[in-house]
Amino acid sequence: MLKSKNGMKDGLLNSVKAGPPALLELSSKITALVVDDNTLNQTIHHRLLDNLGIQNQVVGNGKEAVDVHCSGKNFDLILMDMDMPVMNGIEATRKLRTMGIRSLIAGVSARSTEKEKQEFIEAGLDDYQEKPLTTTKLASILHKVKKDG
Amino acid sequence: MERNQMHRQVSVMRQSLFDQGYLDEQFIQLEELQDDANPNFVEEVVTLYYRDSSRLILSIDQALERNPLDFNKLDTYMHQFKGSSTSIGAKKVKAECTQFREYCKVGNGEGCMRTFQQAKKEYTILKRKLEAYFQQARQSGPSETACRPRN
Repeated sequence: MLKSKNGMKDGLLNSVKAGPPALLELSSKITALVVDDNTLNQTIHHRLLDNLGIQNQVVGNGKEAVDVHCSGKNFDLILMDMDMPVMNGIEATRKLRTMGIRSLIAGVSARSTEKEKQEFIEAGLDDYQEKPLTTTKLASILHKVKKDG
Repeated sequence: MERNQMHRQVSVMRQSLFDQGYLDEQFIQLEELQDDANPNFVEEVVTLYYRDSSRLILSIDQALERNPLDFNKLDTYMHQFKGSSTSIGAKKVKAECTQFREYCKVGNGEGCMRTFQQAKKEYTILKRKLEAYFQQARQSGPSETACRPRN
């Protein structure tokens, strides 16, 4: 029932074979911020990142994401949900970009209409993935972190 | 009961959840996040799902009692419920949620109510099956490899 961790990491390695060989090594140096109001998604995304050795923090809405940056913290990667109370992902992304935050921001949303997706992207995303986030989707996001870093 | 036999039983139980359409690939994604340091991750996530979604179900139930129905509110609640159900691979529950949202779009209150009853039924059936599966898995102890569903 339990798949060995090496098996999972080999699978991930295969999925990122085309990219730089040091991607897994890089992932252990990346920091990430999970922005999602849903505790289930917080748990899963935190674990996905943890499993790749990515140090990460979790906040519950866009305002908390902005506040954590105002406190002086910075992250290589931000996984941003769209629908959140207080401040949604679109507003938070715009605000972070206005603040000069150049982290890679990946929108992660269950919204599926092109219009909603486009609005989110235009707010300042570098990438967009539909929920649920998987190891493969995360690997494709990490490729971008490497390329742009 | 011999350990290997118990593992086989657990494997058969697990496979049937996929074969009967209760779970999809997303459940396997969760299993792949389970390891020696997080041996109960899947069960923890499923427990969290049932805890969080019980509140949503109550909200939807209450919203369906209103007259007239607020389809925007209903759709918002169902969007969240569908999202959580998708995150654990609850295939049949997700399908009912999708149907519910279609009824919301066209303002079909009766369709919403009917579909929601079905969603709750599938939700409860899955809960029972997963509880039985996790209990059996705990009794049999850990094994080395996950058994992927036959496609």
